[in-house]
Amino acid sequence: MPFLTTAPLDLSRLVAEVTAPARGGIACFLGVVRDHHGGRSVASLEYSAYEPMAEIECRRIVAEARARWHAEVALEHRVGQLAIGDAAVAIAAAAPHRDAAFAACRYVIEEVKRRVPIWKRERFADGTEGWVDPTQEGGWSDHRVDRVVPQPAPGDAEWGV
Amino acid sequence: MGVSVPTTVCVRALLFASYAEVVGRGAVTLTLTAPATVRSALWELRRLPGGERLPERPLVAVNHTHAALDTPLSPNDEVAILPPLAGG
Repeated sequence: MPFLTTAPLDLSRLVAEVTAPARGGIACFLGVVRDHHGGRSVASLEYSAYEPMAEIECRRIVAEARARWHAEVALEHRVGQLAIGDAAVAIAAAAPHRDAAFAACRYVIEEVKRRVPIWKRERFADGTEGWVDPTQEGGWSDHRVDRVVPQPAPGDAEWGV
Repeated sequence: MGVSVPTTVCVRALLFASYAEVVGRGAVTLTLTAPATVRSALWELRRLPGGERLPERPLVAVNHTHAALDTPLSPNDEVAILPPLAGG
């Protein structure tokens, strides 16, 4: 199964994938699109990826978590257009006991954010758009390209001047 | 006669997200002077129109693996210039 998908994420399916009689703890994480960023209202967003590398990096991260905590891990990240409330990333980590399950789950989400080449473009309620840059204060890229929806200006024909 | 040593290295450079927007394209074939590194590929990319807006020290990858600016490049390598990651 690829780690990236354009389809809605299904956490219960990931839980089913990692469930086994010897695994008594299952920790899950769901990252969901929120409706605000830096005090601005977000209308929707789009995730894009360097897909071949993202798949390889996700596979590496999952393999590291499996080896370190003797856990079984399922991971999916969504790409394409997402709406507020949609799940962007889903993780299920199962281990014999809860400590290992929580640790494996936490490791996977932190490493996904740190290593997997995925980018997020936010579309704001005011019609502007911007690339999210977690390394910048405020959270947006220097290279932000605002696309303001054109408004009729005084002097346009519509205003009858 | 010795074996001739190639004097150039041809690589494929990929740009993503905000970096693809500032340069206006997502893929560029570069012919670099040997020995080539990621830094020499980036130097060529920064000479493209809009390329001056690429940072001097971005995240980079070679053949789908995170790399450094001094990572050497071989013919037909795929070098990717990665904007700050925002997954998860």
